[in-house]
Amino acid sequence: MIALAIIIGVGAGVLSGLFGVGGGILLVPALALILGLDQIDAEATSLLAIIPVAAVGAWRQRSYGNLDVRAGLTIGAFAAVAAVVGVALVNVLPIELVRYAFAALMLYVAWRMAASAIKQIRAEPDPTAADSK
Amino acid sequence: MGIFSGLFGVGGGIVLVPLLVLWIGFDERRAAATSLLAIVIAAGAGAATQLAYGNVDLVAALTVGIPAVGGVLIGTWLQQRIPVATVQLLFSGLLVIVAAMVVLQ
Repeated sequence: MIALAIIIGVGAGVLSGLFGVGGGILLVPALALILGLDQIDAEATSLLAIIPVAAVGAWRQRSYGNLDVRAGLTIGAFAAVAAVVGVALVNVLPIELVRYAFAALMLYVAWRMAASAIKQIRAEPDPTAADSK
Repeated sequence: MGIFSGLFGVGGGIVLVPLLVLWIGFDERRAAATSLLAIVIAAGAGAATQLAYGNVDLVAALTVGIPAVGGVLIGTWLQQRIPVATVQLLFSGLLVIVAAMVVLQ
């Protein structure tokens, strides 16, 4: 079980580095289903585990010259405030409605992201495409 | 983004990266980098609150967190070697999976 949790941890880290997400999408289920934490503890523990992961990811991205430090700090500060609002909201909103609305939003954004990516690929071949394979 | 973090326990990056790409016009690498720094702050604030409530399991956090730090080194390395548009296309696949997970959870 511990080995599986470690493997999923590595997977969450790869996802985090590749896409710039926290990895909670893998960490929360791993903590809940494999290590046996309840849902609230799993989400809380995932938040703590994400800090060093995102910090190391941001540091690596800075070395690669991709990090806009000011934008990251500004957005992070707003996000921290929004997270507090989110925790308050979760207690008053009908969760089923919010889940479906969130899923619909994600699908819409997926479509927009894919359309924009395909447009980029068609418009001009990525200069880094040559060394990708 | 933080609103969704609070609601589902998913990192806000899943919302923030598309915002940076589609609205601000960042490419995937800059968006991912900026998102990771924002996550450090947002997750830090969230974790501090949760620590105060006593909801954090430190041993479990280390069990998944230490391997994940190794993973993020691989992920960021890999990202520099994949064309940005391809990463963006893969990201939209991730969004579809997240949508399914949120509905099915």
